[in-house]
This record gives sequence, structure tokens and C-alpha cells, in this order.
Amino acid sequence: MSSTPIQLSRCGKTFADGTRALAPLDLEIAAGETVVLLGPSGCGKTTLLRLIAGLESPDPGGTVRFDGEDVTALPIERRAVGMVFQSYALFPNMSVRDNVAYGLKVRRLPKGEIAARTEEMLEMMAIAPLAGRRVHQLSGGQRQRVALARAIAVRPRVLLLDEPLAALDAVLRDRLRVEIDALLRRLAITAVYVTHDQAEAMMLGDRIVVMSGGRIEQAGTAREIYRAPATPFVAGFVGTVSRVADLAGGEALLRPEDIEICAVAEGRIAATVETAHFLGGRCQVTLSGPDGGRLIAEAPPDAAPPVGARVGLRWRDAAVIRIPLMEAAQ
Amino acid sequence: MRNRLGFALQLAVTLLVAAFLVVPVAMSMLAGVTANFFVGVSSGLTLRWVGEVWRLYAATIGLSMTIALACVAATLALGVPAAYVLARRPGRVSRAIEEVLTLPLAIPGLALALALIITWGGFRDFRTGWGFVLVGHVLYTLPFMVRAVLAVLSATAMRDLEEGAASLGAGFWTRLATVVIPNARGGIVAGALMVLTLSVGEFNLTWMLHTPHTKTLPVGLADSYASMRLEIASAYTLLFFIMIVPLLVAMQAMSRTRRTAGPVEELPPCRPLPSN
Repeated sequence: MSSTPIQLSRCGKTFADGTRALAPLDLEIAAGETVVLLGPSGCGKTTLLRLIAGLESPDPGGTVRFDGEDVTALPIERRAVGMVFQSYALFPNMSVRDNVAYGLKVRRLPKGEIAARTEEMLEMMAIAPLAGRRVHQLSGGQRQRVALARAIAVRPRVLLLDEPLAALDAVLRDRLRVEIDALLRRLAITAVYVTHDQAEAMMLGDRIVVMSGGRIEQAGTAREIYRAPATPFVAGFVGTVSRVADLAGGEALLRPEDIEICAVAEGRIAATVETAHFLGGRCQVTLSGPDGGRLIAEAPPDAAPPVGARVGLRWRDAAVIRIPLMEAAQ
Repeated sequence: MRNRLGFALQLAVTLLVAAFLVVPVAMSMLAGVTANFFVGVSSGLTLRWVGEVWRLYAATIGLSMTIALACVAATLALGVPAAYVLARRPGRVSRAIEEVLTLPLAIPGLALALALIITWGGFRDFRTGWGFVLVGHVLYTLPFMVRAVLAVLSATAMRDLEEGAASLGAGFWTRLATVVIPNARGGIVAGALMVLTLSVGEFNLTWMLHTPHTKTLPVGLADSYASMRLEIASAYTLLFFIMIVPLLVAMQAMSRTRRTAGPVEELPPCRPLPSN
């Protein structure tokens, strides 16, 4: 399957009613890369995906390029993308097989090739036994796989996924996330994946683009975004942080796993335990710090301090996340 | 014991009501094939009156069917695209248009017909042709078509389906033919049957709009009631029933076979993707 890099330049989107969904932004996506657009609802991630897809056109001045070719003016049907919708958008008037074959039929491929590629897709997605069924006879997870099979059957230049797991329950979501990850790696296709779920983003994304208020807050690998968030928003949205005494100005933040609970005398600061929740592999402990601020730390599953206890907290200097004041003020 | 009595009473009332509705219809239909209604069935059964009706009124039956079919064609051509646009662009303007489209239902047929005559009376050829009656029928039945199609379009996530089809490379006309119309088919067929039935049975408007040469079946019925012997009028009614009942049954069947969700099985255990 071909790999196509995507270049967005000065792509903004203002809707007819004057709502600005997206401030003009630039984004480069490398060939074969999986980029996850992550953010809360209303942050513009879906709008950005629809701009790439060709379901929306950017405000004047913005351009979308696939492999250098300007596709800004092309509607979605001429961009050769594959798309998986949150609602799946499977055709209820067709069988599973016909859904998968649809894009191939529209492209007027020879009959034999349509049949062969359709069967290949059905096999690959393990939905061959369902081929004759109607969409309303499928469970949510099955629909998800049909939607994926249908989108990749046409061998798109780019695969776009709009919260494809949002409609499923947690167990199924975990399972399908692993499947999608394996599929994307195997296809080595350029993929853009929209989600509001940070675990999904961290697992699937070669790179994560964190968005808020129609702007890109930070783009980077999961590790970069978690370890070196560029803005307080990113620090707070991806994972949990606690604020500790600011030393050199700006924000000094700590991840829960970097805060160690110890005796008061051994700690850098003293704190009072407010709650302790057993979460299986660990305990999450909420504490109130010297200035009354709330801190979140982790403790071994069977060694959580009792609620109300006075404890000390310590951490390694290297674990402190610093966000420069200038950006923090933004 | 008391339950039984209650059931018997309920059954009796139900049967009485049904009889009240059905008996006059049956009587009328029987009259149409009775040699002499005033003597009774003992005078013998005959198809003479049916033949007589055919000789006198065959033209009205033919015209009614022509107008009804043309009306279905016109409401399909106008109503389906209208419903599509209304469904795709919901908003205040769409609401207003929908209301205006529904207006002919609230206005008495006679008033509507009068308005048409005042407006078009001067165009002699148009006024005297059956096209004039057709216009009245289209005005009256269009809201039913739009409503029926709009209901299906709104119930289906048509926008999502269309975007899905577009993402797979389908242009507007392909989407229309392969996704939009097939998924709106239930509403389109229901609307068409409704329009056909309404047009065949329409009297109010038609009575005002018709000329001696553009008489439809219901207008002919009124004519025969007023001026023919009872047996002929009854035989005419019988023919009308024979035409309209299959349509009503088809409509009934349509509303019953609305797609219901089938059984959904558990997701089979996930297999790892084959690795080649």
C-alpha cells in the first residue's frame, strides 16, 4: 500500500455562523506515520480531520497537500482517502460483503478483482463468516471491523479514523485498539486518528497532536508529551500532574509515579493524606500540601498510608517537569 | 364466570361496530350485482349493471388511473428532491417551507380549487384539459409524499451514509442511486401508494375543477348517484372498491414491513490478524 505524506499549511476553519473551529495551523505528517489528534470535545480535532478528508474546506489561504499535490479544492470522493466514521456509516441496504466491495465497485474495477479483493479484506478482518449479513444483524465490534475493511479495501493513500472506538464498551475498546494498532503497523499507511482518550492516543500514535480551543498545543511522541509537556493544558490533559513549590519561576509539576511517600523527616515537604484508592496494581493517594494545594501520588498497592496521616513527600530533581512562565501564561 | 361474560360483551360490541361499518358497504356491493334491488336478491344476480357502468363510465375510470399515475410521477419528481433538501439542510427556512407545503391540507379542497380557477381560468386550453385536474391533485397530495420521504430521511443518518459513500469515491449521482434512494425506499413507496390512493379517491377539488370531458371516477360516482338507477350506482361503487382495496392493502402491508432490528450475536473471540 502506498504511503503518502500530508502537509497542511495555514489551515483554519470558520463556520458559516462565524464560529471559529480552527485557528490557521501548519502540520506535517510523514509518509506511513500514524498521527493521533487528541483533545477534549470542541477542540477542533474532528474539524481538522474533516479538512484532511475533504469533507470541509479550509478558510481561504489554507492548503492541504498529499505528497506535494495540492488537493485543497478536491472533494473527498476524489482524494482517495479511506475513512472510518464514529457512527461507522455502514450502508443498511447492503450486505457486509457489498459494503466492503462498495468502493471497488464505484471505481469500476474488473469484477474478478472486486471479488478477490473483497474476500481478501473479509478474511483479513476475520469477518468472512458475516459476509452475507445485513448491517443491523451485527454487533458494535463487528460493525467496527466492517467499517475498517471497507475503508482499506480501496487501498487509500491516507487512512482517516474519527473516534472509531468511542461507541464501544471498555473491554471491546481495549481489544480493538490492539487490533487497530497491529493493522496500522502492518499496512504502513499514513493514518490520522482522532480521539479524546489519552490511552488510545498513547498506544496508537507515532506522534500525538494535542489540541485545545482550535489550536495545536503540542505535537510529539507519547513520551515527549508525557515527560515534557509544552503547556499546562497538555500536562493536565495527558496524565495527571501535581504542582509543587515553584523554584525558579514558572510551573514545576510532578507525575504521581514520581512522588514518593516517606516519613515526614525524610521528605522535602510534609503533607496530609486525604484519600487513598486501591486501583489494583497501585494505590492512588490524594494529599494536601503545605500551602493547601492538592497533590496526587502513588503508593504500592498494599502499603498506602492511612487517611489523615502526616507524611513526607520526596522526588528526584530530574523528575520535575518545568513549563516556562511565558508559555504558561498563554 | 364474570370474565367470560365480560369477554362475550366486548366481543358483541366489537362485532356490532364492525357490522355497522361493513354491512352498508356489503349491501351496496350486493346491490351492484342484484337484478332488481327493490325485489331483493331473489330477483337473481347479474353482471348487467357492471357492464352498464363500464359502457357509461369506462372513460372516467381510465382518466382517474391516468391522473393518479401522473400525480404519483409528479409528486415523486417534486417531492423526493424537496424532502432530500429539507432533510439535508435543517433550519428555520426548511421548517417554513415544510409548513407552506402542508398548507393545502388545511385549506378546504373547494377553496383551493376556486383559487386555481381564478388564477388559471383565463388559460382556456389548460383550464379545459385534464392537466388542470392533475395540478389540483398534485397540490393536494404533495405534502403526503414530502412527509413520508422526509420521515425516512430524518430517521436514517443520511448525512453520515452519504459521507461514507463519498469517502469511498462515490460522486453525487452515484450516492443518490446507491445509498440515498435505496435507504429511503420505504418512505418513497409508502408515499407513492398514499398519493395514488388519495388521487383516485379525490372528490372535493376535482368536482370544482372538472369539465364534462375531464370527469374522474369519484365525480362520475356522484353523477351516477344523482341520475342513474340505484343498481348502476352500486355497481360503480363495486368497481371503485375493486380498484382501491388492493392499494389500501398494499399500504397496510408497507407500514407493517418496516425494517426491524434483527438478532445481534455476541462478537466472536478476536483472532489475531494473519501475519502475511
